[in-house]
Amino acid sequence: MPTYRDEGIILRTFNLGEADRIVTILTRSHGKVRAVAKGVRRTASKFGSRLEPFMVTDVQFYQGRSSLDTIQQAETLGPYGADIAGHYDRFTAASVMAETAERLTDAEKATNQYTLLLGALRSLSRGEHAPHLTLDSYLMRAFSLAGWSPSLDTCSRCGSPEDLTAFVVHFGGMVCATCAPPGSARVGSDTVEIFEALLTGQWDFLESVDRRHLARVSSLISAHTQWHLERALKSLEHVAR
Amino acid sequence: MYDGIVQELIDELGRLPGVGPKSAQRIAFHILQTESFDVSRLAQVLTDVREKVKFCEICGNVGEESRCGICRDARRDPSSICVVEEAKDVVAIERTREFRGLYHVLGGSISPMDGVGPDDLRIRQLLTRLSDGTVTEVIIATDPNMEGEATATYITRLLASIEVKVSRLAFGLPVGGDLEYADEVTLGRAFEGRRTV
Repeated sequence: MPTYRDEGIILRTFNLGEADRIVTILTRSHGKVRAVAKGVRRTASKFGSRLEPFMVTDVQFYQGRSSLDTIQQAETLGPYGADIAGHYDRFTAASVMAETAERLTDAEKATNQYTLLLGALRSLSRGEHAPHLTLDSYLMRAFSLAGWSPSLDTCSRCGSPEDLTAFVVHFGGMVCATCAPPGSARVGSDTVEIFEALLTGQWDFLESVDRRHLARVSSLISAHTQWHLERALKSLEHVAR
Repeated sequence: MYDGIVQELIDELGRLPGVGPKSAQRIAFHILQTESFDVSRLAQVLTDVREKVKFCEICGNVGEESRCGICRDARRDPSSICVVEEAKDVVAIERTREFRGLYHVLGGSISPMDGVGPDDLRIRQLLTRLSDGTVTEVIIATDPNMEGEATATYITRLLASIEVKVSRLAFGLPVGGDLEYADEVTLGRAFEGRRTV
């Protein structure tokens, strides 16, 4: 029988018919999978909360003739969703993460994106850091893994390491004073430090940074992500910061 | 493809939620072939429902007047409001005959990935209803899923500054189910909400 089993993170769900749902799952070994969960909306469903967004689940799929697989069994590995939904700022941050992961992955195996999202959701559910910091760090790392890391130590136009004064999204990161177009966002070396801290997870440093400065970096990260994804992330405007 | 109006009927039926092309075709031929089927009655009801049905100006429930039957009913307890996502949830709760208060229909749940935020729901209208002090209890009965939970969390946080009792529907095991199939979150919540018997 054409079945396969994999662990995955539930990214989002769509209602289907009377009581079914289409579930989008980022799996460890099969990339992004869309599958039907039959009867999941009924209160007596055997799936219960296992197929809710942000849950990490061990799933058995049945590969039928249709383009969508069917979920046969599911067991919870990490019930992160419950702790995330109980805090509104965690929920909005996790929504952006899930939407980003959905856009950055396809049916190809993407274990590094899977592991990154898993770690970010786990951290978010445990409340290890402020949700907006976890989110910004996740976005920086997810885009780096996808090959869209912003250039931070050299000019993204001429390659010069000197006099980096502005962050220009469509050039791909920092630019020097000579290359910076008029009206571009001027940033200092302290902003670059924050970018690097988010990439490498220097939480103690990040938690000591002024909130307004962090908000400015967040807006640059948002612009960077939206530029590369070519379409706005719907959830980003609802982030509780 | 069928000729002209038959195909038009199939296409229009196919635009309804949950009706695929095959179902649309089956319904269209039922209408065409069954003599006892009263088409004019169906057409009249469809027209009436669009013209007469309104959203209640107080609670957002559906009704045929500016205020729904529940909001007009003087026997209902105005001191408690049950907050639900959709008008169909009002019907589900009414079937229990356990609740005698009023309702507030939000019009959905917070779902950032679908672009639905708090401002897209009738949360502001809820706060307005609570401003005169008549309401002493708000029961949050949003769906027990991630979006419903997040919506409940958001409303609870908003109401923290108002002197009103806020409660959430209990979570637990469905009647008629098997304990071994219960998922960890549901079973955990059932333990949290256990009661002395």
